[in-house]
Amino acid sequence: MNTLLRNAWLIPAIPVLSFVLIIFFGKRLPKKGSEIGVAALGISLVLSIATAVAWISRHPVGEGHEKFRHAVDHNLFTWFSMGGTDVRFGIHVDGLTVTMLFVVTLVSFLVHVFSTEYMKGDRRYTHFFAALSLFTSGMLILVTAATTLQMILGWEIMGLCSFMLIGHWWEEQANSDAALKAFFTTRTGDIGLLVGVSVLFFAADRTFNAAKINELALDGHMSHWALLMGATALFVAVIGKSAQFPLHTWLPDAMAGPTPVSALIHAATMVVAGVYLVARMYGVFWSAFSIGAEGHAGVNPIAIIGGITILIAAALAFVQADIKKVLAYSTVSQLGYMIMGLGVGAWTGAVFHIFTHAFFKAGLFLGAGSVSHSGSHHSFDMKKDMGGLKKHMPITYWTFVVCSVALAGLPILAGFWSKDEILLGAGSNGYTAFLVVGLIGAAMTAAYMTRCVYLTFHGEARGNAAEHHPHESPPAITGPLVVLASLAAVSGLLNAPGFELFGKLNLNEVFAHAGIPEHHFSLLYAGGSTLIALLGITAGFLWYFRQLGPHGITERSRLLRAGYVFLDQKYFLDVLYTDYIIGGIKGPIPRAVYWFNQNVLDGVVNGVGVGARAVANFVYDVIDQKIVDGAVNGAGFSAEEGGSVLRVIQNGRVQSYAAVMFGVAAVSALALALIVSR
Amino acid sequence: MNGFDHWALTAAVFLPLVGAVLVGLVPKTDETLQKAIALVTSLVVLADGAYLLARFDYGNSSALQFEVNRHWIDAINSRYHIGIDGISLPLLLLSMFITVLCVIYSWDHFPEPHNPKAFLMLMLVLEVGMNGTFAAQDLILFFVFFELVLLPMYFMIGVWGGANRQYASIKFFLFTLFGSALMILGFLALYFKGGQTFDIPTLINQGGAIAHATQLWIFAGLFMGFAIKVPMFPFHTWLPDAHTEAPTVGSVILAAILLKLGTYGFIRIAIPILPEAAKSWAPWIGGLAVIGIIYGALACLAQKDLKRLIAFSSVAHMGFVMLGIATLTSYGINAAVFGMVAHGLITGMLFFLAGSIQERFHTREISRLGGLLVQAPQLGWILGFCAMASLGLPGLAGFWGEFPAILSSYQPAAGLSEPLFRFYMVVASVGTVFAAGYLLWMYQRTAFGVPKEEFEHSHIHDVHGPEWIAWAPLLALIVVLGVYPHLLFHVTDGAVNTVTAAFKAVGN
Repeated sequence: MNTLLRNAWLIPAIPVLSFVLIIFFGKRLPKKGSEIGVAALGISLVLSIATAVAWISRHPVGEGHEKFRHAVDHNLFTWFSMGGTDVRFGIHVDGLTVTMLFVVTLVSFLVHVFSTEYMKGDRRYTHFFAALSLFTSGMLILVTAATTLQMILGWEIMGLCSFMLIGHWWEEQANSDAALKAFFTTRTGDIGLLVGVSVLFFAADRTFNAAKINELALDGHMSHWALLMGATALFVAVIGKSAQFPLHTWLPDAMAGPTPVSALIHAATMVVAGVYLVARMYGVFWSAFSIGAEGHAGVNPIAIIGGITILIAAALAFVQADIKKVLAYSTVSQLGYMIMGLGVGAWTGAVFHIFTHAFFKAGLFLGAGSVSHSGSHHSFDMKKDMGGLKKHMPITYWTFVVCSVALAGLPILAGFWSKDEILLGAGSNGYTAFLVVGLIGAAMTAAYMTRCVYLTFHGEARGNAAEHHPHESPPAITGPLVVLASLAAVSGLLNAPGFELFGKLNLNEVFAHAGIPEHHFSLLYAGGSTLIALLGITAGFLWYFRQLGPHGITERSRLLRAGYVFLDQKYFLDVLYTDYIIGGIKGPIPRAVYWFNQNVLDGVVNGVGVGARAVANFVYDVIDQKIVDGAVNGAGFSAEEGGSVLRVIQNGRVQSYAAVMFGVAAVSALALALIVSR
Repeated sequence: MNGFDHWALTAAVFLPLVGAVLVGLVPKTDETLQKAIALVTSLVVLADGAYLLARFDYGNSSALQFEVNRHWIDAINSRYHIGIDGISLPLLLLSMFITVLCVIYSWDHFPEPHNPKAFLMLMLVLEVGMNGTFAAQDLILFFVFFELVLLPMYFMIGVWGGANRQYASIKFFLFTLFGSALMILGFLALYFKGGQTFDIPTLINQGGAIAHATQLWIFAGLFMGFAIKVPMFPFHTWLPDAHTEAPTVGSVILAAILLKLGTYGFIRIAIPILPEAAKSWAPWIGGLAVIGIIYGALACLAQKDLKRLIAFSSVAHMGFVMLGIATLTSYGINAAVFGMVAHGLITGMLFFLAGSIQERFHTREISRLGGLLVQAPQLGWILGFCAMASLGLPGLAGFWGEFPAILSSYQPAAGLSEPLFRFYMVVASVGTVFAAGYLLWMYQRTAFGVPKEEFEHSHIHDVHGPEWIAWAPLLALIVVLGVYPHLLFHVTDGAVNTVTAAFKAVGN
């Protein structure tokens, strides 16, 4: 069994190989390379399951709260060594790793299958599959990384691939703009990654090994200042990658990419990478922000950012007409739950939410893809081109509803269990304010998903849905939907009371010692959050299905109108970023710098040149020509006719330049010589 | 050590000269023979380089190898002393390698006014200067080679260059010559203050014997010579003009090798011989380096000309190299050497691409281009690959020049201000975002979208034979070094530790 764990590097290596094969040979194959991608992910999925089994069957050591399994930290080779520091390339396998491996390979496999149908006939079909494989491998490299440096590698590979895939249809500027926006925003966050990894490297006495860094952070051997700097810097990277407020703006735009890419980005890779990083380096965050310390203030930056994100994104989901944008803001909001969960000390809950969210969110995105593929004729506009699709697309409808309810958090579906654990953590660990935030968010989630289901599938058919003969999608599309909906229905039970497999899976060596608390199912919280979710659904049902309530009030009340515009304009953050910040960096500032370069710096250089020529002409005309004898006259400057090869040397310009440049150099040199020879 | 070992390095330096003479003897009309001789010469030199690579003792990379130490100019006690260690070996190889690729690339398209004979001769003479600089272990010898590269490059720009070539070539020549004048003065001062010798290892061994105040001034002289060559802000203004006007191959050699002569000078001469002065100067060098990173990036964003943009990106990238050097740590200087090689490969490649784009569209104006991926997909993909490599994507070579430099600034050598260098670290990290900005905006405007109206119907041929042959090795190396940096770091590390030994002794 250990052989399996030690060879987990194969799981990311296979998609890398698949990428190379598709790039070089894909176009010549009968299915244009998609068969390689599907096969590769299939193998990786099987290996991931085998690895998970191997992990679970590993004997735990210790007792009670201290019970854990030894993680497998396996060095593969020396990546490089310098200045006496040996940097190894290795893998780290523990419960968190196997959880992520399973989620990533499963979702990616289903997305590959889905894409064989969805992307059929695309002009860059082969390239699309190559990028999907590489994208997946980036996430797999991240989750198997033993060192923070390898994490940077996986992290940035995902950045590259999201750029390629969001901009897949780069003929249109809107798409390439979205791709650039995603890359720049996450890259801005990555300043924090580079700095944070550097700080922690030195703080942990020159090692990139993540487990070692966590251990040192938890046992108090690191300076608190360095920890705080390192954790803050890393968290900046997390904000960028996991689309947290205020760097969340790239994610809704990333919808410009093909829908399967959205599913992959939102469910299993990319945005989850940030949450994963916090979970992986939790020792650092736990100590730096004193998350579990006695008498903590009930507030810390991680929880605050997560909490804000939950609410602002959920609010935006209400005003979207594009089904994918509703789901995108929903993802932002759910990522907020995960981050907040980590901020309030609910580690298992947050990781569990990554796990369950992956299934229902991938299901929702692929469902939206199915709708556009077969129901709304490539449109994603719910208000214009959808409605009444329930009867035409029953499989898509029911899977979408199951995933929506799972997202809303009704028992016994997946989202219920994981969200509940986060709320429970917030309540039990003394983060009461964030419990309230979480509950409000839960009601909002339930309501906006009700709206989304209504607009897409119920009511009158509009636009394309009415005109283009909607029908159910073929099996390559509905198959993945059914699998994901089933998982959305049951995967939450993995950590249900009496079963709690997930908690056992994640018994973690480092955290077992740190006393990071585990909370057990509480009927009070479960009942409360169910009630809140039902409230949200009911409100949504009454408002949208029954058309009750003051509809059109945003037209009548000026205050509410302003509120609507504020939401519609996405809090004006895009205006701030695009027009002011990016506009400045792109336009006036570089122009000013370049003006300075051409006129000031180069002005000095040219001024020296011109001055030199003036002096040279003076020397030549006055001193040389008039004072010195005519015989000597011009001898050294007679190259004026120039040579055919050396035609640059004309007018004695070089000579006069050279003469005075040397003069200047000689004077400086003399000064230097005098000083030196003191 | 077998018999050829004594000759291998000398051959590496002077074989190109033999080739240049042979090319010179061929009648002007027989272009194929000229090209063949140039190619064979550069290949033989590269083979010699491969021999050096194979025989190099990597376990002892800090020691000078293939050393030759003979009488030369006895009157001033200057000797023909050459040898290579782990720092010079990669750069020497890079120089040989790039020369071969440049000969191949030029094969079918010599720039106007054509004349391959003169062009190839200049290229080979350039190689003598570059190889010699990386092998020299005597200050006068170093100076001769260092200056030797000026003339061929001056003619390359001045004769085969673009519209504004006169201005650019003179500016290049005089600007660098100005620095050299101060540099040679520094060398002379070293000679008189350092025991009447020009021998670099000897001078290093007695390092610190020179009074601190004197060291500072000598370092200033050397700094001017090297910093102009790098080029560091604010001495960089010759670079964009030279690059913009130079023919493609000239730009490639300039970016890939010539700029490295400056940074190499710091690592080989200025810092180890004058460690105390280096320490006093390091905060200033680091400051100029990070200004260069941001300044170069911002200037890039203002560019309308593809080549000029890449030229300014060199200012930014060399800023990372200089920041690494300024930390005076093993990490930093290793990063610097890696960054030099990576920049040589990547920016060299970018200049090749700019040249090929210009050849096809007869313009380098970014706003007139667009939809390159539609018309010449391979060219477009390679450009995208190089842009990603240049912005420091991990897994490609550029990353290993940038990240360790950032890492090392967190903890510079003992005695340097930590808060200051940590500030530099953050500024340099911000520079990586700007790099993504100018490269990807450039890429979006040239490669994405659809072709502009004026080129809509023109036939643009994709990457052709000689281009593939010249580029494939570069692209492969960018990936190989990026995936497995150990290949390069294990060569440089030992030698770098010798350079930084002086700074560790002070109490690190």
